[in-house]
Amino acid sequence: MSHNVYLYILVMAGVTYLIRMLPLALVKKEITSPFLLSFLYYVPYACLAAMTFPAILFSTSYVASAVIGFAAALLLAFRNKSLVTVAVFACGAVFAAERVIELLM
Amino acid sequence: MNRESFRRGIHDGIPIGLGYLAVAFSFGMLAAAGGLSVGQATLLSLLNLTSAGQAAGLNLIIAGSSYLEMALTQLTINLRYCLMSFSVSQKLERDIAPWHRYLVAYGITDEIFGVTASQKGKVSPWYTYGVMAMAVPGWTLGTALGAVSGSLLPSFMTSALGIALYGMFVAVIIPPARENRAVLAVVLGAMAMSTLFRVIPPLKQVSAGFVIIIVTVATAGIAAAVCPVAGENGKTAGEEEQE
Repeated sequence: MSHNVYLYILVMAGVTYLIRMLPLALVKKEITSPFLLSFLYYVPYACLAAMTFPAILFSTSYVASAVIGFAAALLLAFRNKSLVTVAVFACGAVFAAERVIELLM
Repeated sequence: MNRESFRRGIHDGIPIGLGYLAVAFSFGMLAAAGGLSVGQATLLSLLNLTSAGQAAGLNLIIAGSSYLEMALTQLTINLRYCLMSFSVSQKLERDIAPWHRYLVAYGITDEIFGVTASQKGKVSPWYTYGVMAMAVPGWTLGTALGAVSGSLLPSFMTSALGIALYGMFVAVIIPPARENRAVLAVVLGAMAMSTLFRVIPPLKQVSAGFVIIIVTVATAGIAAAVCPVAGENGKTAGEEEQE
């Protein structure tokens, strides 16, 4: 880490706060551009998907255990389980898979 | 009236605070593993209050990226808060003092926005403060606990917990992708495109933050052009016509 961690944190916090604050402070009327509204609607899904895959495959000790954790998360999310439930069971699946992998090795 | 709004906010904020505690725990652990001190990780969570932005930011800190890349990445990932703030600016009581708007702005997260927007009629800022009074300590404390235990937990535990944050992201994107074809296409497209950036040699040169920016702007932009959203409820024009 060659840069200053506190400076990184301030840059992050500054940008994030401005994004949240400027519309509240300045804009009194509604945005109407259909393209802009649609773009902002899709942004969270696009960015979370891009951040999740393929990075999730390398988030644990083995790619194999990550695949199993990912599969567990997909299955539970597909059944509309809550964020915490999905996260906890994904961890559990990884934990179990890694114990099996280590037994086999 | 203010006191009643505040109390209602606290009530609605309890499940959010508990959820944040759990998720922030895994963030704190990742931060500690990445070389941040407990104080740095906690400060980061207190000042930013956002899961996806912090996860991406942490990767950039660990990679030693430029401050510009950090700023642009946060701008892209957190751009959705802009839309939420627009919405809250319409929702807040009209006659409140300006400083309320600056304070409410700090608390705009997916979940706090969600409960605020679901209130009937105009909302008192004190309601949002009540929710924040539960959510902010949950997020901050969870990070601190995670950062402390990250260094204490054995490696076989931390390996399993490494997937927690991604599991949460999956839980956010899959349910709407099931309901809405355009969201599904965005999710699959974004995953495929970020995979290409990981495997194709010339594209591999692009750093993590810019990959997220490029993929997000490209897939959300194409989806917005091809499949515009009709109303605030997030339905696509096609679905609206079918009804």
